[in-house]
Amino acid sequence: MNVLFGLAALVAFISTLMVISRTNAVHALLYLVVSFLAIALIFYLLGAPFVAALEVIIYAGAIIVLFVFAVMVLNLGSSKGVSPGFWARPEAWWGPGLLTMILSIELLYAFMQFGNQQMTATAISPQQVGIALYGPYLLGVEMASMLLLSGLVGAYYLGHQISAKRSSLANTGSPLGNKDGLPTETMQKGDEN
Amino acid sequence: MLTIPSYSGLVLAGTLFLIGLLGVLLRRNIIFILLSLEIMLNAAGLAFVVAGSAWNQPDGQVMFIFILAMAAAEVSVGLALVLRLFQQVKALDVNAADEMRG
Repeated sequence: MNVLFGLAALVAFISTLMVISRTNAVHALLYLVVSFLAIALIFYLLGAPFVAALEVIIYAGAIIVLFVFAVMVLNLGSSKGVSPGFWARPEAWWGPGLLTMILSIELLYAFMQFGNQQMTATAISPQQVGIALYGPYLLGVEMASMLLLSGLVGAYYLGHQISAKRSSLANTGSPLGNKDGLPTETMQKGDEN
Repeated sequence: MLTIPSYSGLVLAGTLFLIGLLGVLLRRNIIFILLSLEIMLNAAGLAFVVAGSAWNQPDGQVMFIFILAMAAAEVSVGLALVLRLFQQVKALDVNAADEMRG
């Protein structure tokens, strides 16, 4: 019965090792997605379906997207980027693809094996998690919201300085340009990060 | 019915944490250091969820949600700092940024 867990743990171990040993940042991000998916499957097998969904949505979704944006802005990958021959170069994606295929086969097997019945002896439903989260841990929720707000303000402040510097550089670079209306527009543009 | 011993889950969490720690110590690219920090936070969350399922309590999952919020805030500020650093020193090597001239 522990074959599913062992296989998912092996996939997580291999993909995490590949993350820290890659030289190309985009390849490392691909392996990191596989690692998060494997850990999400382990959460599901442990009887924590809500946390498994959060792992896929927030870790493998939102945080990886942030990293991809940073890699894109910094232009870290190969200088050509994704050329039309990307799919013809299987060394870029066969490793993560193979590991993800193992995970999806495991998930299909688990669904067919257990079906609708409860899979683990100790499944904790999202309802219990929500009651605990908004009951005794309400102060923690408030503190997390303040933390996220301060993270938003900090990221905006740091990105704001970058774009202000860029607009001042653009102003000094073109001395004949209009100096009244231009800076505020260019300042608003690059603030996504 | 599927029962997973909490021992193996904790061993996996510790192994992933060690891999992340190795990444922080060995890599000099700041993007990879941030990735390794994410791996370590994720491993800590895995340990919380394993412990919560071992005692059949939802508290472990609640702590995982807090770790998730903290990781999101940390990575947004961290990547903004990486962009600033790249503008200052024109490199992603952390050894290139060892002089703080203000």
